[in-house]
Amino acid sequence: MAVVFERPKSLIDIPTHYCPGCTHGIVHRILCEVIDEMGIEGDTIGVCPVGCSVMAYDYFNCDMIEAAHGRAPAVATGVKRTNPDKFVFTYQGDGDLAAIGTAETVHVAARGENIVVIFINNTIYGMTGGQMAPTTLPGQVTQTTPFGRDPELAGYPVRVSEMVSTLSGCALAQRVAVDSVPHIREAKKAIRKAFENQKAGKGLSLVEVLSTCPTNWGLTPIEAIKRLQDEMIPYYPLGVYKDVDEGVFPKHSDSEGGEK
Amino acid sequence: MATTEILLAGFGGQGILFAGKILAYCGLTDGKELSWLPSYGPEMRGGTCNCSVCISDKPIGSPLVLTPDILIAMNQPSFDKFVKEVRPGGKVFYDSTLIEADCDRTDIELFGIPSQQLADDNALRGGSNIILLGKLIKETELFSVETMKKGIEKVVPPSKAALIPNNFKAIEIGMSN
Amino acid sequence: MERNLMKGNEALAEAAIRAGCKCFFGYPITPQTELAAYMAKRMHKAGGVFLQAESEIAAVNMVLGAASTGVRAMTSSSSPGVSLKSEGVSYIAGSDLPAVIINVQRGGPGLGGIQPSQADYWQATKALGHGDFQLIVYAPASVQEMVDFVVKAFDRADKYRMPAMILADGLLGQMMEPVSFPEINADAYDKSSWAADGHKFKREHHIINSLYLKPDELENSIVERYKRYDIIKETETDAELYLTEDCDILLCAFGATARVVKSAVNDARALGIKAGLFRPKTLWPFPVKEINEAAKTAKTLLSVEMSMGQMVDDIRLAINCSRPVEFYGRTGGVIPTPAEVLEQIKRIGGTL
Repeated sequence: MAVVFERPKSLIDIPTHYCPGCTHGIVHRILCEVIDEMGIEGDTIGVCPVGCSVMAYDYFNCDMIEAAHGRAPAVATGVKRTNPDKFVFTYQGDGDLAAIGTAETVHVAARGENIVVIFINNTIYGMTGGQMAPTTLPGQVTQTTPFGRDPELAGYPVRVSEMVSTLSGCALAQRVAVDSVPHIREAKKAIRKAFENQKAGKGLSLVEVLSTCPTNWGLTPIEAIKRLQDEMIPYYPLGVYKDVDEGVFPKHSDSEGGEK
Repeated sequence: MATTEILLAGFGGQGILFAGKILAYCGLTDGKELSWLPSYGPEMRGGTCNCSVCISDKPIGSPLVLTPDILIAMNQPSFDKFVKEVRPGGKVFYDSTLIEADCDRTDIELFGIPSQQLADDNALRGGSNIILLGKLIKETELFSVETMKKGIEKVVPPSKAALIPNNFKAIEIGMSN
Repeated sequence: MERNLMKGNEALAEAAIRAGCKCFFGYPITPQTELAAYMAKRMHKAGGVFLQAESEIAAVNMVLGAASTGVRAMTSSSSPGVSLKSEGVSYIAGSDLPAVIINVQRGGPGLGGIQPSQADYWQATKALGHGDFQLIVYAPASVQEMVDFVVKAFDRADKYRMPAMILADGLLGQMMEPVSFPEINADAYDKSSWAADGHKFKREHHIINSLYLKPDELENSIVERYKRYDIIKETETDAELYLTEDCDILLCAFGATARVVKSAVNDARALGIKAGLFRPKTLWPFPVKEINEAAKTAKTLLSVEMSMGQMVDDIRLAINCSRPVEFYGRTGGVIPTPAEVLEQIKRIGGTL
């Protein structure tokens, strides 16, 4: 019988520590499908965050580095600058990327580092048990916003794709979701594009993935998907916020280059 | 030769560190042990500036000059502050254009020349510091003129090599005053 | 060998490049900025990477990333910036990565001042970050030693897979002295068993990591690391002993302060006082054997530092409190003078 569906080779065949219904597994899978399809596992170095995906180094079969909280873009910069021929990606959650690591996020994009940033936005700190994230929606109840996030008290959410898209070194800023098959296909296409951008030396490519956290949201997996669709997507619209096809730096042979 | 401790002091922009560097390179040229230590920080933006240079046949201990054998002073506050600290038997070289030497010490030698005026008269803008170095080698046994010229050649950056003859001229003016 | 005249900060940078440093990540801070400026000018010609990071924190984590791939990497700063780096240093140590960190110390705490200081001794030798770990800490006292110790630091960092620090100060960083660059044959260490530089489908994937959720696994990793530390304590200590054979009073000082103290020791000898100098070149590991050798005939020890006396306890422990250890220091950026130190020698020790 012909095999029509199998596990990506770059995704190690062991049980993960993720909760039932968590969408990390989907994102891991499509990321690994891209790595396999491009045949780059042997030349890829991934950088893990601190957060739920802290142990992703056990799941990806490429070489992996565990960074301090928020510092994955800096670590990735060190890797890429000294190994420009390798593929480098970070895999970061919302607390890691948009709170403690905001400076690293902004500057990795400002510098146009030729790497891929996969950003998992599930509006909550999962690993530590459900506290407010920088992306927690107004009114959302978390352990540290027990009466719902009040912007006057706790500030407004950060829209990362929009923010990063304003930086000249950003080649791709796209927000996708993994709530449905069409969206998952779209997400995979975005990740593929991000890696192709890196291959072509275009600059920083960020793919923001709207994800769920049934455990800390206190919802069933199906209810969680519905919340993503009904509450998150309206606040965080899907789409391409930046796509610089010619790359963020002028080509050396092209004297007319510069910022577009 | 025991250690010669030199202190150069003045305003930022007068070429204090530059003159100190020339002395340091003179030491290097003559195969001496030496150290050069600038005051650093806000001084570079126009405040007072000073520079310690030690020249010796032995390894240098503390590079910070507190009781100089030789003081080169280029403004009044520096003269007033440091002339008291000069070691007995020491020598003070100062710009008499800018400094009124009010000092009653008899155990040190004072050599004042109008180096700023001489620089202006000879179209050697900014050469006051080098004129004082010329005076220094005339009145001490520290370095020969040849060594001093080699020092200048090392310190003047290649992009300003055209200024080397001016510096040589400044040395000569210092030596003849 | 050709003698060059260089600032300490520049000599550090040039020596690092010659020692095979392939990347430098830094952030401006007085009084070490010349180092970064020199790297910016020189590194690309040497085929390496210079990058000004957005913060000290980012800089040290870039070092972590580069070091993870097996590349010789370095960062430098001065005291307040080194505090920011402490997070990354702890991760580098916990991930068993080699790296070189330079601290050209200035006065603290807080923003402190910009003049020379040695008040980061405790930070460097006891607690540059959380957790059970050490750095090898070198304390140069001349521009030449800036060169020699950087070369050594890169070598030992690779050899023991751990961070090494050059603990200098603003005086050494800013001063110029003649310096020669020895022929450096950077020993090549084979990093292929651990470096995360892409497996090329030829080996299992490598993981650079400091996270162990099982306590016994974490304990094992630390115990293994401390076995390496034991070897280092046995083999890597280094110190200068000056006029110690017959000394009644043994002065202890490191870095720039040791130069001041040496002048004072010479002055004391001229007065007939039997003073000697013990100068640790490694602060961790502390040269225990060497200080006991130096203190053989001493009745009193006197530690002189540009701090409030951070080395005193290490001296007391090293000699088992067998003799009194006195302290004289200036802090906040004030440099002690030979005359002040001589007064202390007269007061304490060999009064005639």
